[in-house]
Amino acid sequence: MTTLSKLDAPEAPSPSTVPAPAAPARKVKSRPDWRGWAFVGPFMAVFVLVFIAPVAYAIYLSLFREQLMGGNAFVGLENFAEVFADSQFWESFLRVLLFLVVQVPIMLVLALAAALAIDSARLHVSGFFRIVIFLPYAVPAVVAVLMWGFIYGGNFGLAGNINDLLGFEAVTPFAREWILVSIGNIVTWEFVGYNMLIFYAALRTIPNELYEAAELDGAGPFRVITGIKIPALRGAIVISTIFSIIGSFQLFNEPNILKPLAPNIITTFFTPNMYAYNLSFSGQQYNYSATVAIVMGLITAVIAYVVQLRGSRKEER
Amino acid sequence: MTTKRSRSGFRRMATAVVTVAALGGALVACAPSAGAGTGDASASDLEAALEAGGTITYWSWTPSAEAQVAAFEEAYPKVDVKLVNAGTNTEEYTKLQNAIKAGSGGPDVVQIEYYAMPQFALSDSLVDLSAYGLDELEDQYTASTWGSVNIDGKLYGLPQDSGPMALFYNATVFEQFGIAVPTTWDEYIAAGEQLHAADPTKYITSDTGDSGFATSMIWQAGGHPFDVDGADITVDLADEGSAKWATTWNQLLEKDLLSDIPGWSDEWFKGLGDGTIASLVLGAWMPGVLESSVPDGAGDWRVAPMPTYDGEPVSAENGGGGQAVLKQSKNPALAAAFLKWLNSDPESIKIFGESGGFPSTVAELESEEFVNQESEYFGGQKINEVLTQAASDVVPGWSYLPYQVYANSIFGDTVGQAYANKSDLNDGLATWQEQLIDYGNEQGFDVKG
Repeated sequence: MTTLSKLDAPEAPSPSTVPAPAAPARKVKSRPDWRGWAFVGPFMAVFVLVFIAPVAYAIYLSLFREQLMGGNAFVGLENFAEVFADSQFWESFLRVLLFLVVQVPIMLVLALAAALAIDSARLHVSGFFRIVIFLPYAVPAVVAVLMWGFIYGGNFGLAGNINDLLGFEAVTPFAREWILVSIGNIVTWEFVGYNMLIFYAALRTIPNELYEAAELDGAGPFRVITGIKIPALRGAIVISTIFSIIGSFQLFNEPNILKPLAPNIITTFFTPNMYAYNLSFSGQQYNYSATVAIVMGLITAVIAYVVQLRGSRKEER
Repeated sequence: MTTKRSRSGFRRMATAVVTVAALGGALVACAPSAGAGTGDASASDLEAALEAGGTITYWSWTPSAEAQVAAFEEAYPKVDVKLVNAGTNTEEYTKLQNAIKAGSGGPDVVQIEYYAMPQFALSDSLVDLSAYGLDELEDQYTASTWGSVNIDGKLYGLPQDSGPMALFYNATVFEQFGIAVPTTWDEYIAAGEQLHAADPTKYITSDTGDSGFATSMIWQAGGHPFDVDGADITVDLADEGSAKWATTWNQLLEKDLLSDIPGWSDEWFKGLGDGTIASLVLGAWMPGVLESSVPDGAGDWRVAPMPTYDGEPVSAENGGGGQAVLKQSKNPALAAAFLKWLNSDPESIKIFGESGGFPSTVAELESEEFVNQESEYFGGQKINEVLTQAASDVVPGWSYLPYQVYANSIFGDTVGQAYANKSDLNDGLATWQEQLIDYGNEQGFDVKG
């Protein structure tokens, strides 16, 4: 019996320890402790003020319609119904979608190539290239677009000079067919460096052992890229893609600043953001503008979420 | 006045253009009325306010504003005027609209062009200045500018400048190619063909679609596309005058005789200096712009009366505006006193004229000194002879929409498409009309086509 009890002894504490921590847990549940709120309170106050309140106000605005004549009235979801039937909105949406599908891959591939080149250790003065490629991101977007506007100028700009040289209108950045390409070029120029830096930072975190192992296995530089670097970059690529999608859907600065140079080609509803801006500030249609912003925000969130799901699923594999 | 002025249009209002009074009641709820302006206030209040002194804010983008404010503060040391350049035209109107909507943050005195005046008057955000006896100044201003600040018998501002249209042309280019100064639009088109054929880099004028210019041209052609009677509005951009202009201008557009350099861009100013753009039909404030922004053109430019359809002299207003007092103002009497000085005191008007402004005051327009002034930039031409004559040739009876600021903002989306495609402007005007009717009805007006 004693031996048995001795044998039992080690087992004895385990059943007794299991309920022990459970008991205090139940006590906490029955008497909620609000002291924690004192710590998160300041954060929650600012969070509600700067994140929740504007969104709530936009939703509130979207349910009303204020007229120049006749005041304000509750209209329920009428504004949303109107957005879904608004050809100008969908035209602007499809335009940024096209922009997204073409420009984002080009930009990310360029950024990836630049990051891999700088990381390859085969480049002389790689620090110099890193800075120079990143520099456009440090130029304020407004200044950058104005600068490109001068370059694109068909009469006295670089485009005009090239045309004079060739003797015909070879380069017309502000023509209807080329305007998206022109804007895409500016956006790519601005953000390649930023994305390159994200990729480059991710590449620096790859442990050296992996490279050593690859070398022992006889892997060439391209095998290292496809076998080690790209898989390690997957998370960074997903992040960059999501940022770029959001950026494309929010396209505003570039077309808005170029508008005076191409007044008839860049309309007031060229991108969803420009449309919302002009509805609000030229047309005083604050309510409808808020609705457009909400719909666009939801679409962006859904697409970004889908990209993230796909991206992380691959990561698990 | 300053760049971009041309985007505006000048607006001449018959007395019963907008029956704001009828609508005022409904709108009081949305507009903050700071108990200002109305009631027993009178001219003596203005003197008292100047005596008492205080601080007011003035929004303006006129180049003369700084010197005018300095002169005012010297004359009335107790008053402190804070001058803010809140942006040029639509940029300022956006900020003003936001301040009105927010109920605070607006200036006491604000510059508003004639075409935008009805929009702010309609929202009941401006003080009726006749309460301070400013309506007695009527005789000092030209009929057309006075009509533009009087909306349904209420005085919502005092006129500052005006922009009767004239033809500004590069005489050096005209002489070089043997082109006579056109007096009719047919001659103007012929001149355009001749010039472009002789030198394909040169154009008779540049126009990529400008709402202020288009409405002024329709005005000159005798059109009345906007008929406003309170909340009842008729938009007819296919009326005789509108179609007359569009059909004439189509010839320049379809024959590719218009330079596609957008107005007010750097390329535009360059083109005006080197002869690429050989002429412009714009308001009388243009000489000031040419002098300050196109130094290369000095000596080349001349002024002639605006071409017409039948050779008889007819003109229209293009641009120009005045100042108004906001209902938000905490010291409306002082604001009105400043406004009165700004746009009627000889000292202030002198400063305004020296900065290249074209006045709206009869005394200046009729003074020998003003009319006979020789402009060095224009090769010694007495340009004001032509411009003051244009002022008296303006067709009466024009009105703008009570939502003209919005209307102008979508001009590029509609008529601008005809410009971009070099297609029929009449179709572009039809699209513009359609959208203006939709917008007006959505905003609670009763708009008919």
